[in-house]
Amino acid sequence: MNDSTVVIDLADTAATEALGARLAHALAPGLCVFLEGDLGAGKTTLVRGLLRALGHSGKVKSPTFTLLEPYAISSLNFPLYHFDFYRFAHPDEFIDAGLDEYFGQTGENAGVCLVEWPDKAGAHLPSPDLRVALAVVGEARRAQLVACSEGGRACLSRLSAVVASRPPAA
Amino acid sequence: MRRMWILGIESSCDETGLALYHDQRGLVAHAVHSQIDLHQAYGGVVPELASRDHVRRIVPLYRQVLADAGIVAADIDAVAYTAGPGLAGALLVGAAFAESVALALGRPAIPIHHLEGHLLSPLLSADPPAYPFVALLVSGGHTQLMRVSAVGEYEMLGETLDDAAGEAFDKTAKLLGLPYPGGPALAALAQQGTPGRVKLPRPMLNSGDLDFSFSGLKTAVLNAVNKGLDEAGRADLAAEFQEAVVDVLVGKSLAALRQTRLKQLVVAGGVGANRRLRERLDLELAQRKGRVFYPELALCTDNGAMIAFAGAQRLAAGLAHPADAHEIAVRPRWPLDTL
Repeated sequence: MNDSTVVIDLADTAATEALGARLAHALAPGLCVFLEGDLGAGKTTLVRGLLRALGHSGKVKSPTFTLLEPYAISSLNFPLYHFDFYRFAHPDEFIDAGLDEYFGQTGENAGVCLVEWPDKAGAHLPSPDLRVALAVVGEARRAQLVACSEGGRACLSRLSAVVASRPPAA
Repeated sequence: MRRMWILGIESSCDETGLALYHDQRGLVAHAVHSQIDLHQAYGGVVPELASRDHVRRIVPLYRQVLADAGIVAADIDAVAYTAGPGLAGALLVGAAFAESVALALGRPAIPIHHLEGHLLSPLLSADPPAYPFVALLVSGGHTQLMRVSAVGEYEMLGETLDDAAGEAFDKTAKLLGLPYPGGPALAALAQQGTPGRVKLPRPMLNSGDLDFSFSGLKTAVLNAVNKGLDEAGRADLAAEFQEAVVDVLVGKSLAALRQTRLKQLVVAGGVGANRRLRERLDLELAQRKGRVFYPELALCTDNGAMIAFAGAQRLAAGLAHPADAHEIAVRPRWPLDTL
């Protein structure tokens, strides 16, 4: 265990959403976050908590069908993209769908990319700044957050500084 | 009045569908190629494979419906096609083909919203509902309740906040180790089980609004699977899952009818083919002196007939908006209530 890894036990769905809320306040433009874990581990739940904490009151739909759900959040001055590559059979689908254009952007176009099932896009995806792995522990979950870059380490230290805040009531 | 032939083209996901609808003779020819075999090996629809397969299928299907209807291309009066929502690459194949045919023939091309096709599809049956009605759209990508007052007049009453019902079926099937497509396999397994032996939640059933949520149900299934299941347990879990989804779909549909004070419910989309859902809706609506309408089984899943029909309805209502420049523009995300 070092400053690049944080492990957080999540008792229930509310705890997963609360972790999303903490992550929300630690984001920076250009950050790429991989969300890992099996079906039902809580990846989309975490994204919902994150978006709610940023003031998004609309729906947070699973991007499984559409591959990408983009969000323009008024409290952020950069776009946020929620990807889900669950349905990819071959990593080349990522390139064929033109999704590479969203990653590695700089300046005004740099958004935050939250990626579910990143392994399905294989080597086409740039390496993430932060990996959030959700493991199923009975009915609870255990989140392991690993910083993989300077940006990721900065995000993780901001996250550690955020007092666990509850997402605002809908 | 001049007779009209409308060509309909659907390619928003994994079915290539073409059809010829005649404004006096009705649906004359339709053909669908499903990619289920193609995607079965992968456990789900693969967007790029889907687009390539649409490219391969669309011209032969076009020739087939022309031959079946006994007409030639020059007889076509308008071309309706699915412009969204759906997979961008898949939509572009249908849009490019439709606009090209229209340009070559000097006829209008009419972009159609995929879900409008679905919710109007029961009007193609021999005993159609009359406006207004409530429509429940349930498929792999959508779960929503709409008030349909007339062609082009749709009011969103409620929709899923996370996963679509069909997506929940597919992912639950995967958690239970069932093959793709998951929905029918799960329904078959459910027949061997008994609902209620395992307890699953009915998410948002009493939320007081008409929205849905199915993501928590998937998590509850995962928790049950992780506790270890024997064969009978798997069947019981499948049965309880199906019952939970059906309870919510039925409960919300009845609430939508109460709220709108309407008596007619139209059910469209792939999940509308689920037998248990149909049994329950038929029973509940009969008890309330209401009626439930389904598209013909062949028109439950994606098809070109519903797109041709929606195009014909829009033309008749003066609501068709052909793009004069034959621009090829699709809208992968397109809310139905913004029509």
